Amino acid sequence: MEIAVLPEVTSAGVIIKAIIILAIISAVAGFGTYLERKVLAFMQRRLGPMHVGPFGLLQIAADGIKLFTKEDIVPQNANKLIFQIAPSITAATAFIALAAVPVFPDFTIPEWIPLLGGVFVPSIAADINVGVLFILGMMAAGLYGPLLAGMAQANKWGIIGSARTAIQFLSYEVVTGLSILAPIMLVGSLSLVDFNEYQTGGFASWMVWQQPVAFILFLIAGFAETNRTPFDLLENEAEVISGYATEYSGMRWGMFFIGEYANMITVSVIAAVMFMGGYNDLGFIAGWLIVILKIAFIFFLMLWVRASWPHIRPDQLMWLCWKVLMPIAVINIVITGFVMMV
Amino acid sequence: MSLEQFKNRSVGTQTYKMVDYEPTPDTGMGRFQRVVSRTFRGELFVGLYVTMREMINALFGGGMHTTKYPFEKLPISPRYRAIHDMLRLLESGHYRCIGCGLCEKICISDCIKMDTRYDENQRKEVTEYTINFGRCIFCGYCAEVCPELAIVHGQRYETASEQRASFSIFDDMLTPKDALGQQQEFDGFGAVSPNADDNIKKTPLAY
Ligand code: SF4
Ligand code: SF4
Repeated sequence: MEIAVLPEVTSAGVIIKAIIILAIISAVAGFGTYLERKVLAFMQRRLGPMHVGPFGLLQIAADGIKLFTKEDIVPQNANKLIFQIAPSITAATAFIALAAVPVFPDFTIPEWIPLLGGVFVPSIAADINVGVLFILGMMAAGLYGPLLAGMAQANKWGIIGSARTAIQFLSYEVVTGLSILAPIMLVGSLSLVDFNEYQTGGFASWMVWQQPVAFILFLIAGFAETNRTPFDLLENEAEVISGYATEYSGMRWGMFFIGEYANMITVSVIAAVMFMGGYNDLGFIAGWLIVILKIAFIFFLMLWVRASWPHIRPDQLMWLCWKVLMPIAVINIVITGFVMMV
Repeated sequence: MSLEQFKNRSVGTQTYKMVDYEPTPDTGMGRFQRVVSRTFRGELFVGLYVTMREMINALFGGGMHTTKYPFEKLPISPRYRAIHDMLRLLESGHYRCIGCGLCEKICISDCIKMDTRYDENQRKEVTEYTINFGRCIFCGYCAEVCPELAIVHGQRYETASEQRASFSIFDDMLTPKDALGQQQEFDGFGAVSPNADDNIKKTPLAY
């Protein structure tokens, strides 16, 4: 299978796919902000954005125009270079991580489409054999964005924000790694395509049923990874203004935002592909549709949780990750190991 | 919940529900047990259920709370002190103000200016009457003091203006001649809104 695919992976194809990923994910991230506002509003019995376009759909465009045209302020005592680079770290790593994430099944472009008709398209921009590791590494590297931004901006809230970034990073990263170690042991590969192939047997073969504990741990760590409530310590407005993003305005702030939403999408995709059967057909529903539904569900779960739960203190996060989740993850790995040996 | 229960002020006869605070554990094992029991009590899922219920209720059950303000307006309470109205006598249609000048005297921000003269029947006639709404603090003293219920607070609360001094003259505040039938009588400052009973609800603290 792998060998048969390889000749089709041309450099032009990879570039096209990269551009498509970039375009679609930025658009979807923008749409995600709209969805978040709408869902949060509904859960609080409000209407959300209503007046720009039908159902407020063009609010995204209005926000985009606002972000692009806003004045870009660099504070006087900030370290200018780092201050300016930091947002692009967040955005870039979020998109780079998506390169190794397969979203759709492999497909062939229909013959009737001019130019590209009949071309076989593999599902993934770069099916590297350390896919999971690469994604986690990239998302971890993305944390440099808030860290450097907070330290470069000469603002006490920024400093607290970046200190919290470090704390959060130290806490959840262990749990993320350990929680998906057990599924990796079962599949025996780090490539997400292999993960998908492992769960071809329909609903009952989903990884969730074999590794429920790992799934829950991964979700919790994923929430921390994307700074979502209950772990939104980095920019919790009630406590640290905007944390690392306090001094940012305009498009630089927008890049943090897009990065965060792209990360949310990445985590949703990973959860869908690793634990929830990936893009295999489910009964009569086509694989590409079911995977979108799964991703949308996890994305919705993040919004749902944000509307429902309070957030926790940094020390509680460390306590939770080191004293509760990590032991559970280790026990899960040991049990998985025993079960595999016997 | 009926109005009577709210009016019952005698503390001893009511049924209060005391919050059951557990004692804080001081041993490590006790704390551990508390963590375990709290983790598996499922309260977090109750939270998720509540928001989902509200969302479904809002979307499909008509529970949406938003009033689209400039297009929809809620009735305001009769106690609200908005821009003044000058009322007319219902029988003759003549304005009620007798030019006594009490409102001008009592106005604590000195924003009412009026002038009167005797007309041909030796009755007092208001020749000039302005209120500077840039100064008015909407204290309501003028309406309180008026012996004829001539000056009252009306329902116009959208008072944003481009200038600090924004005068309103007598004829602007006076009920139009042809709208005499719609003139609303002033209930007085203690009046509750007509739908006050419907607005009393249980405080939604319990889930
Ligand atoms: S409401 Fe108070 S401040 Fe305004 S005109 Fe009447 S008395 Fe004067
Ligand atoms: S107190 Fe009433 S009656 Fe007297 S001048 Fe003022 S508005 Fe007219």
